[in-house]
Amino acid sequence: MTRRRPPAPARLSPSDVLRVGAAGLRARPTRVFLSALGIAIGIATMIAVIGISSSSRAELLRQIDRLGTNLLTVTPGQTVFGQQAKLPPEAVDMVKRIRPVRTASAVGVIDTTVRRTDRIPEAVTSGLTVQAASAELLTTLEGRVAKGTWLNAATERQPAVVLGSEAATRLGITRMGVRVWLGNRWFTVIGILTPMSLAPEIERSALVGFPVAERLLGFDGHPTTLYERSTEESVESVRAVLPRTVNPENPNEVNVSRPSDALAARAAAAGAFTNLLLGLGAVALLVGGVGVANTMVISVLERRREIGLRRSLGATRGQVRIQFLVESLLLSALGGVAGAVLGALATAGYALSRDWPPVVPPWAIGGAVAATLVVGSIAGIYPAIRAARLSPTVALSTV
Amino acid sequence: MSPPYVVELSEVTKVYGGQVPALRGVNLTIGTGELLAIVGPSGSGKSTLLNLVGTLDRPTAGTVRIDGFDVAELSDRELSALRGRTLGFIFQQFHLAPGVSALDNVADGLLYTGVPIKVRRERAAAALERVGLGHRLGHKPNQMSGGEQQRVAVARAVAGDPPLILADEPTGNLDSAAGAEVLGVLRDLHAAGNTIAIITHDMEIAEWCPRRVRVRDGLIVEDEGDGAGRPAEITKGART
Ligand SMILES: Nc1ncnc2c1ncn2[C@@H]1O[C@H](COP(=O)(O)OP(=O)(O)O)[C@@H](O)[C@H]1O
Ligand SMILES: [Mg+2]
Repeated sequence: MTRRRPPAPARLSPSDVLRVGAAGLRARPTRVFLSALGIAIGIATMIAVIGISSSSRAELLRQIDRLGTNLLTVTPGQTVFGQQAKLPPEAVDMVKRIRPVRTASAVGVIDTTVRRTDRIPEAVTSGLTVQAASAELLTTLEGRVAKGTWLNAATERQPAVVLGSEAATRLGITRMGVRVWLGNRWFTVIGILTPMSLAPEIERSALVGFPVAERLLGFDGHPTTLYERSTEESVESVRAVLPRTVNPENPNEVNVSRPSDALAARAAAAGAFTNLLLGLGAVALLVGGVGVANTMVISVLERRREIGLRRSLGATRGQVRIQFLVESLLLSALGGVAGAVLGALATAGYALSRDWPPVVPPWAIGGAVAATLVVGSIAGIYPAIRAARLSPTVALSTV
Repeated sequence: MSPPYVVELSEVTKVYGGQVPALRGVNLTIGTGELLAIVGPSGSGKSTLLNLVGTLDRPTAGTVRIDGFDVAELSDRELSALRGRTLGFIFQQFHLAPGVSALDNVADGLLYTGVPIKVRRERAAAALERVGLGHRLGHKPNQMSGGEQQRVAVARAVAGDPPLILADEPTGNLDSAAGAEVLGVLRDLHAAGNTIAIITHDMEIAEWCPRRVRVRDGLIVEDEGDGAGRPAEITKGART
């Protein structure tokens, strides 16, 4: 008797595997929508948390890039007796003598106030400072005037004032030529500056020339902050010699700092995204996964006859198993894709509303895809095994 | 070279969970081209017999050969492949996927035979043509009568040209007109050379078949006719 070879099951093509997996979802759109929603919420939360903090970081890095990291500021420290030290009046000229220094300038806080009119009480300062500023300040800070002009050799001797952006807002001044009550006399506003992220204290200041400050406002000529820019490579070496240059006798009474460091620190902090929110997203994803598993278990119970029919049509246990596994994977991938899109849209909306560059890191998208696949397969394994174990006769006899 | 019989059962018994045997030593052969009825009262063991012939279940004792293969020697995977290739099932409940067109319901029946979707659809269309539903390819189950739905299920069973078609109470859920319509289709398929076994408790349907195998209390009590019989009046007027 001739023995024939036992029949071997045909392999399903990948497109057939997908088609069969998707067929189960198409039949129950509402349920699919609701269980995918859980996954979508989890993924959207995580993508948005990562995206928004990345965008905020990108914005800070963009600012650092624009402002440069070569600006150093010098301020007086404390004397050994705990008193406020002073910078010598000639400090700026000495700093300019350091070879890599390209520009240096100073401001000095004047002990007086600026007000809209003389009828506003002296105590109402609006948090504004009056400072003497050297003409080179705008160059050193790479600042720009939004309106009017900056101080020049003539106007720094006259009762003329340039307002920082914040100072102008608080005083309610938008036009040039207006007068403000500064010290005990009227000063004419000749300029308003644009915002300056590297020197926020300038934004809140009313700036006058050194000569007029000494002549009319009782200013002692000692700078309170010195700004300096050097070439990018020599920042550290300049930083090392600055205290001795500014105050040769007492170099330890001088503080040197780099304003871009503060931005860099904020950027680093922004990059370390909120773990609490990320954790919430993970919990939502987990709950979503439980929802998918639940949907799949119910689906297997409801579809016993379909499983029996497929077995009668020649499906192997493995093919039934892969069908339900793929269904679960598709279900959670659907949620994952929707969540990633929602998260990216939320990031874009938030970032654009704040004028930040919207950034969703590719690794976050990759992580979201991986997470949904992991969730989908874990949620699908048990229902798929149950479906495959079902005996064809029992499945078919279910009424 | 195909074996002499599509089905060969010898001394087959089936006992569920140590209770009274559902089958107690059944011998049965089915040759190519036959149309037979397996008939008996409820609880006599017909469905058990169908499950064994359909390789959906294994016997407690005895041998079951389908298309020459001893079922006991095949793994679950090989049995699945054997079913997909050798058998076409028609059930009392039609088991059609709701919301899926007649064409795709039939084409999906060929999913596990390994032919590409284009070929599956072509064969499905041809099979629907054979059961007289060539004009209904795009209709969904809820747009069709019970008789039409069962004819779709028949098309699904014959689409792959299996050597044996097994029908378990194929008219059980249908009124007599629709039942006659389905039987007419089965008669035509038989006339075209298909081998068909109909499981039924309906003596009228049994009488209509050329060969009748009577089952009672798990035993074959009578096996009459020779497969050369002629279709009875029952299908008259069901098809034009
Ligand atoms: N899965 C099963 N488990 C236990 N007993 C069963 C099972 N299937 C059928 N039986 C029993 O086997 C006998 C034959 O049943 P069945 O083959 O369904 O007969 P029929 O289809 O002729 O009505 C009956 O007594 C029935 O109760
Ligand atoms: Mg029965």
